Amino acid sequence: MRQFIEGSFAVAEAVKLCKPGVISAYPITPQTHIVERLADFVASGELNAQFVNVESEHSAASVVLGAVATGVRVFTATSSQGLIYMSEVLFNIAGMRLPVVMVCANRALSAPINIWNDQQDAVSLRDSGWIQLYAENNQEAFDYTLQAYKIAENHKIMLPVMMNMDGFILTHGMETVDVSEQELIDKFLPPYQAPYKLDIENPMSFGLLGDPSLYLETRYALQKTLDDTLALIPQVGKEFASIFGRNGLDLVESYCLDDAKIAIVSMGSVCGTIKDYIDQERAKGKPIGLLKIISFRPFPKEAIFNALKNMSKVLVLDKSISLGNEGPLYTEVKSLFANKKPKINGFVAGLGGRDITLQTIKDMVAIGKKSDTRCEFLGLKEGLLKEEFYVS
Amino acid sequence: MFGPLVGKPGSSKNNKTGSWRSFSKPKFLQKECIACGLCKLICPEGCIEGKEKNTYRSDYLYCKGCGLCAYICPKKDIQMIKEQE
Repeated sequence: MRQFIEGSFAVAEAVKLCKPGVISAYPITPQTHIVERLADFVASGELNAQFVNVESEHSAASVVLGAVATGVRVFTATSSQGLIYMSEVLFNIAGMRLPVVMVCANRALSAPINIWNDQQDAVSLRDSGWIQLYAENNQEAFDYTLQAYKIAENHKIMLPVMMNMDGFILTHGMETVDVSEQELIDKFLPPYQAPYKLDIENPMSFGLLGDPSLYLETRYALQKTLDDTLALIPQVGKEFASIFGRNGLDLVESYCLDDAKIAIVSMGSVCGTIKDYIDQERAKGKPIGLLKIISFRPFPKEAIFNALKNMSKVLVLDKSISLGNEGPLYTEVKSLFANKKPKINGFVAGLGGRDITLQTIKDMVAIGKKSDTRCEFLGLKEGLLKEEFYVS
Repeated sequence: MFGPLVGKPGSSKNNKTGSWRSFSKPKFLQKECIACGLCKLICPEGCIEGKEKNTYRSDYLYCKGCGLCAYICPKKDIQMIKEQE
């Protein structure tokens, strides 16, 4: 049924339809509405799950780690400082090969305190072994959440998935979302069958010491499995499409790229703004297109290379920065084209919720056409920058 | 190089958090008020003023509409009303 709802509620509906047995979370803006709504569902009896209130995100992640290890489907959600506070546990969840699904409402990191959107939180955890998906709109947030379980719980994968949606822009933005019927979800996503679990009849331990004689192999296995996930993601997307009748997951999405000379590369909700910009330019006959990265981890090298190899210029727009280097997505896209054409250009914008408007995209393309850039900040207010320490 | 790192004391007043409000805001009926001051104490924004009975009010420039004042009021003399009212 189509509903006009905010992104947080769309995700809560998706999670309810996946019937998790345990949910644990700690409130943090702009994620809170997701678990508030889930708590409502549990309280009203619409969702038969245990909702565990905890004192911190570290504990929320620990609760879902323990719960999923017993063979039950779990959910948690967080944002920004909460995600960073969870990070110790997140590496453990991946290392123990446990299929947790988490939604991250992307938000800037302190200091200064900033509750608004960028993607620094999730991008900072790209090396954790989690699969990372980025939604552009609320329908994708709903759909990707369903498909996240299907990927995570695949017995050949058994890895956690972080479904990312831009804070406020999606979590608090109202859109029409096709909230699918339970019947279809059940057809797509059967109950979780754990290939291994904590069971008193058949005792087992998780997260034991892995000394130098075997740690390296656990990392190699993670790396190989994430490579395998590259093949699984489009496969799950196709199965989703055949059941639900709308586009499923893919590694990347190409928009007007076939005959394009200039390609913009980005991820998340800003891709909607970029598509509007491209529509305007296309109406004027300009050969420009967009490559939207959906799966940031695993990083779809081949799909990206093939999509961009015939471009004359590529502009990568990051909503995060690896301080001391450059935008992380730029680094990774550039690495695919070492000593090869096209020239890859890097831009950083939208940090801490600074709006990325059509004008921002226009400015980026104008700069990119004129010069080669590596880490060009868009929309900088020079007047706020001083060489010396000062009190504003 | 330094950006806008340090603010002078009181600079948080520049953030007009009232714009964060969605759906509802508190209405102080000023009829049954006993001046217990609970609304003023519980307000996370510190934007409720008042001393005598039936004088308490919220500064909508800063009120985020959380509803805690209406929740805590023992005389139910604060109501959450729609933003447009």
